[in-house]
Amino acid sequence: MKNRNFGVWIINATLVVALMVGVSVIVLAKPKNADERIVAIKVKRFEYSPKEVTLKKGVPVVLQLSSLDVPHGFNLPDLNVRADVIPGKPAKLRIVPQQTGRFVFHCDIFCGTGHEELEGAIVVEE
Amino acid sequence: MSKIDRRGFIKLAGLGGGIVFASSLGLNTLGSVLDYANGYSGKKVEKDFYFVQLSDTHWGFSGPKVNPDAEGTLKKAVQAVNSLEEQPDFIVFTGDLTHTTDDVQVRKDRMAQFKDIVGQLKVPDVHFMAGEHDASLDRGDAYQQFFGKLNYTFDHKGVHFIVLDNVSDPGAIVGESQIGWLKADLKQQKADARIVVLTHRPLFDLYPDWDWATRDGSSVIEALMPHKNVTVFYGHIHQEHHEMTGHIAHHAAKSLIFPLPAPGSMPKRQPIPWDAAEPYKGLGFRGVEAAAESANKYELNEYPVQKA
Repeated sequence: MKNRNFGVWIINATLVVALMVGVSVIVLAKPKNADERIVAIKVKRFEYSPKEVTLKKGVPVVLQLSSLDVPHGFNLPDLNVRADVIPGKPAKLRIVPQQTGRFVFHCDIFCGTGHEELEGAIVVEE
Repeated sequence: MSKIDRRGFIKLAGLGGGIVFASSLGLNTLGSVLDYANGYSGKKVEKDFYFVQLSDTHWGFSGPKVNPDAEGTLKKAVQAVNSLEEQPDFIVFTGDLTHTTDDVQVRKDRMAQFKDIVGQLKVPDVHFMAGEHDASLDRGDAYQQFFGKLNYTFDHKGVHFIVLDNVSDPGAIVGESQIGWLKADLKQQKADARIVVLTHRPLFDLYPDWDWATRDGSSVIEALMPHKNVTVFYGHIHQEHHEMTGHIAHHAAKSLIFPLPAPGSMPKRQPIPWDAAEPYKGLGFRGVEAAAESANKYELNEYPVQKA
């Protein structure tokens, strides 16, 4: 019973936080469905590949983030999403875009001379 | 020279250079006094004093399109500080002393060269802090060999200065350990103590899209909030900027290598190109005067790289 209440609390808290910060993407930790699209994004100094990813509004997708050299970050402030991207430890982010537009992501773990230019974008279409 | 005479000199220099002004969160007036206390009268400093803030010198940077005098700008700033008619009590460098490099030996060479150049400052009391360019690639190892601790405190004429490190963790994290250290230090201070925090990155979310934030900066601000007289001076964003979080004022300093655009004003965070018609435009350093008559008044004077 306690676990169930805790789960309900977590869901409610997540919804409240999402409403408060105007989150336009839903990030869920639950396991993905087998048919969900996986988008692999590789990062190295000083480039994300692909640099731009196009997604459909409302369609779940799993971003699979891998570093090819040193620790990097993946930060999408407009959508309130971030992850550490450590070599040998791919990070997964399941997102459901809720708003169309172009959203810039950048590295937020300082990685060297080109760190400030290390960025990419997620484009969400209808 | 009396304080009034020095203020007169500062204003005169400002008029001559066309750059110097004091800022008050959107109200820029020559020689204006910043008062964030809203009438509060707390602990007084023992005596008027002023210090100079220099920031983001990026020694070792090369980029003729944004600063063709990259090797001369810091030296000119040192001369300008030395030429102030009344010397400050002390000087602070709020990070990015050197430009980053992967080569450990080059990093150390740059730090040694930087130290030699600023060793020419007349004022012997100089406090350094690291920026991500100095410390993020080796977690502050080389920096500490040349400049000492990454976080520390010092006191001066009734003001308690706290130097915070938000760069040696490459993820821009102050960290639980340092926040614990901060809280323990603050416990020793009275609620109305005059406190100045010196750091590199903004402690608040100035513009996270450009990485102009500290990931756990809100925890630092939360720890500072019970104290009524707190002011933060920082660098990182290469421009003058003023912001309030509650009663805490945050003042960003200009760079001494290249200016950056206002937060979010451009699609990308690219250095502003050099303007041959106005060399060194957007660069400079700052004088901060702590007034004895009020608990939370600071007069900020922005100086050009070269003396007018």
